[in-house]
Amino acid sequence: MANGTASKALTMRKDMWWVEPLITGVVLGAFGIYSTWRALSNQFYYTEPYLSPFYSPLLLLDWWPLSPAILILWAPLGFRATCYYYRKAYYRAYFFSPPGCAVKPVGKRGSYTGESSFPFILQNIHRFFLYASIVILLFLWIDSYEAFFFHDGMGVGVGTIVLTANAFLLTMYSFSCHSFRHLMGGNLDVFSKCPTRFRLWGAISVQNEVHMKWAWTSLVFVALTDLYVFLVANGTITDLRLI
Amino acid sequence: MSVAKLRVFRGDSQGGEEKEYEVPVDEGMVVLDALFYIQANYDGDLAIRWNCKAAKCGSCSTEINGKPRLACKTRMDSFEEGETVTVYPIKAFPVIKDLVTDVSWNYEVSKKIPPFTPAEDTEWIMYQEDVERGQEFRKCIECFMCQNVCHILRDHNRKDAFAGPRFMIKIAEREMHPLDVLDRREFAREEAGVGFCNITKCCTEVCPEDIHITDNGIIPLKERVVDKYYDPLSWLLRKIKGK
Amino acid sequence: MEKYETHTHDVIVIGAGGAGLRAAIESSAQGASTALICKSLLGKAHTVMAEGGVAAALANVDTKDNWETHFKDTMKGGKMLNNWQMALYHAKEAPERVRELEYWGALFDRTKEGRINQRAFGGHTWKRLAHVGDRTGLEMIRTLQEKGIHSGIDVYMECTITHLIKDGDRVVGAFGYWRESGKFVLFRANAIVLATGGVGKAYKYTSNSWEYTGDGHAMAYEAGAELIDMEFIQFHPTGMVWPPSVRGILVTEAVRGEGGILTNSEGERFMERYDPERMELSTRDVVARSIYTEVEQGRGSPHGGAFLDVSHRGADYVRRKLPSMYHQFMEFADIDITKGPMEVFPTTHYVMGGVKVEGDTCSSTVPGLFAAGEVAGGMHGANRLGGNSLSDLLVFGKRAGEGAAAYASGKSHASVSAELIEGYANELREPFNNTQGENPYTIHQDLQDVMQLYIGVFRTEENIQKGIDEIEKLKERARTLKIEGSVMFNPGWHLCRDLKSMLIVSEALARCALARKESRGAHSRVDFPESDDGTWGKLNSIVAIKDGAMDFATRPIMEMPEEFSRMFTEDK
Repeated sequence: MANGTASKALTMRKDMWWVEPLITGVVLGAFGIYSTWRALSNQFYYTEPYLSPFYSPLLLLDWWPLSPAILILWAPLGFRATCYYYRKAYYRAYFFSPPGCAVKPVGKRGSYTGESSFPFILQNIHRFFLYASIVILLFLWIDSYEAFFFHDGMGVGVGTIVLTANAFLLTMYSFSCHSFRHLMGGNLDVFSKCPTRFRLWGAISVQNEVHMKWAWTSLVFVALTDLYVFLVANGTITDLRLI
Repeated sequence: MSVAKLRVFRGDSQGGEEKEYEVPVDEGMVVLDALFYIQANYDGDLAIRWNCKAAKCGSCSTEINGKPRLACKTRMDSFEEGETVTVYPIKAFPVIKDLVTDVSWNYEVSKKIPPFTPAEDTEWIMYQEDVERGQEFRKCIECFMCQNVCHILRDHNRKDAFAGPRFMIKIAEREMHPLDVLDRREFAREEAGVGFCNITKCCTEVCPEDIHITDNGIIPLKERVVDKYYDPLSWLLRKIKGK
Repeated sequence: MEKYETHTHDVIVIGAGGAGLRAAIESSAQGASTALICKSLLGKAHTVMAEGGVAAALANVDTKDNWETHFKDTMKGGKMLNNWQMALYHAKEAPERVRELEYWGALFDRTKEGRINQRAFGGHTWKRLAHVGDRTGLEMIRTLQEKGIHSGIDVYMECTITHLIKDGDRVVGAFGYWRESGKFVLFRANAIVLATGGVGKAYKYTSNSWEYTGDGHAMAYEAGAELIDMEFIQFHPTGMVWPPSVRGILVTEAVRGEGGILTNSEGERFMERYDPERMELSTRDVVARSIYTEVEQGRGSPHGGAFLDVSHRGADYVRRKLPSMYHQFMEFADIDITKGPMEVFPTTHYVMGGVKVEGDTCSSTVPGLFAAGEVAGGMHGANRLGGNSLSDLLVFGKRAGEGAAAYASGKSHASVSAELIEGYANELREPFNNTQGENPYTIHQDLQDVMQLYIGVFRTEENIQKGIDEIEKLKERARTLKIEGSVMFNPGWHLCRDLKSMLIVSEALARCALARKESRGAHSRVDFPESDDGTWGKLNSIVAIKDGAMDFATRPIMEMPEEFSRMFTEDK
């Protein structure tokens, strides 16, 4: 194919197409480093009545020598790793496949197989990570509920709000998921026969359009939630009691 | 009246080069008008496909400043004063001459997709909610810019294995048609190669009809393929229900 | 001479818009080996531009509707000049043709009961237009295209047919070139269906695409066929006015169908003065003249049009029902039609006149030559109702396909003389060989100016005569054209032949317009403002080639039998 000089250059785009994958790469990378460090550290994850989302549910296992977070985090991490939105983000930012639209991807011409062969064929199990994440989500809501109960009775601290907001954002992220949308109604051909599922599908579709927004806000916020618990637990800051 | 500089690819399958033209800019003028001006005043043999000049036929797909665009829909006032505008043929398909490419491959793929197949005793009652998903896909004007920007076709040249976004939504439209009785999931996976798509969404970004190719077409199709091939639970459910 | 390809089929269909596709599908279904030839890629034909809907008395919304009413509306809209038999077939068969599209996968907008939804349109008594938002034509062409490619039709894309070939009286083939390579190609066939569409590119401001150069009209004329009622060219009342580069682009009648209101610079709803009963939903000829008059008399909008406002229907409704219009104005004119009015002015849209055909099979006056869709004349009389063209091309596309297949059946292919082919080839290559000559683009622009100026919405004898004189001069200039470059995909060269077609149809238009000394439907003579039912109301205009020149004649209209004519007298 000899479409002029277009075929030789990386791209003929003149705009700053590389900004988006760069920001994506940096933020995702920062989250990766922070969460790995926190998951392995196995300390400062609980300060009454707050439990870090990285360590929820609270597992106290004698037989497990490592941090309990490892037993938990595979679910939300797997959910995010196979998420239809994040796939776009990291294929672009890390795999340069492609780094931007109409920008040359990395890889040998003619050998690309995408998600049709190993390892990326595993993306197809996304919905099972969704199921697991919903279980974790239940625990996060329990944590949020428990965050209202201080040793001197019911109340609200900054941490209470943080934990509740975190559970809310993760809920929105989980339930705006493409797989969830499919399972709740997208797999139907005739909506008119199932009005309830059609309405449910419609409501999920609205949130699904902004799935990316939920993906980022919940990602950043879950890290901030853990950071808050960490800072309170190791005594750097004190939780402000509001009510 | 200001004057715009255009650098247009002139050449054929053997290669070619950019040629610079100066074109006076009128109010509301689009890139296609500028190309007409070149035809009428400088080079009568400048080749470009066009028909409706109203963004309804999808003939004048080109790459303007490196981005896939309809020439009839790209306004000259969207460029900076004095900016040189490059106009190239779409890259994923072989050049015939100047801005005209050989898109016949698309018509071959189109022919392979199993046609709409209703049941013999269909009553032909469909409700608006049943047809709306399909109507979105049927807005497609076949400009083939999604095919062009898709890195699987554009850069990896896997035309042997992947049908491209335009035909993914065509398969999806029939798969979701309320009165269609064929199961196209095997076709989507085996023949059309839905697994090749790594949902980096460039097709959606360039679609002039604003069709949510990935979110509403390809991802639901991938999910339906998961139902059939990768989800033991839904397989079990089908067995129990006896379907 | 240089080598050329030859293809042999029973039936060839020239033009792959709605009519051509429908004809090819039918011809193929009848067992004829069928070729479909188009100037563009498949699916790009002008049918995609049709927006509002397809008229058919399905009676899904207004249950009182029936074929009789549709027939009457069509005849009245055409000022009784229509070929009544075609109007009758059209009204009776349109519903089945529309339902058929649904059987082939089309997704029309639905009623609450789950049937095909229908909307109101100018000149139609009831809500009659089956539609898909404002992109009905696209839906139709995709559906037919899909059906077509799975029907065993051979599709030849980007191929321009330039000459019809005859053996004695009957047509036996067609000659042309591939746009890509510039090489010649010969099609041998026993029947040919013309489905080449209209002639709008002869005008400066038109809703038509470049393909609308009247090729079918011109080739049929050159082959000796009669053209009927060519003076009737429809100016769609609402084309875009601003900015200049999109002037003429269509603003669908569905805007008015969905409740759009026309006002002038004084804020007056002026249709009250021209047609108080039907207002904005009057027939297209009336609305076009009304807007034209308002602007002429100094009550136009800033850019010389009228205001058309649909924003009172609410942003959501407008975006759902008129999505293309919303985007068209947003992107080309920076106007949000959900918030404020559009500016509109009449634009050349559709030619009612065309190849004279007979209603049963769409056969022309030349044996073996058929015509369907816009290239055929008679069905719409003096003025076409909105929505009737999409149904026309389905109904008569099918009939033409049937007719052509039946005609071709059992005939053997005639031989084509080599000298004839060589003559055509030399004629086509001439602009490359001329050392001096005119630029085809310049002549095309001049022709467009002439037609816009002299054969427009309102006409006078003096102006039409001036137009004819100018066309004669242009014909002379177009004899020697010169172009640059190679034969490969060369738009300048392509224009050379298209230009000749446009000159022929322009002349036909002008000569018929000059002769008809009355105003009727889309033909408005300032010097003869009244309809002359006694004389001209009973005559069709005919042009045909005679000794190498254009000959004008009149012919009495087809007499309507008592059982149908009664339907009109009862009303009065």
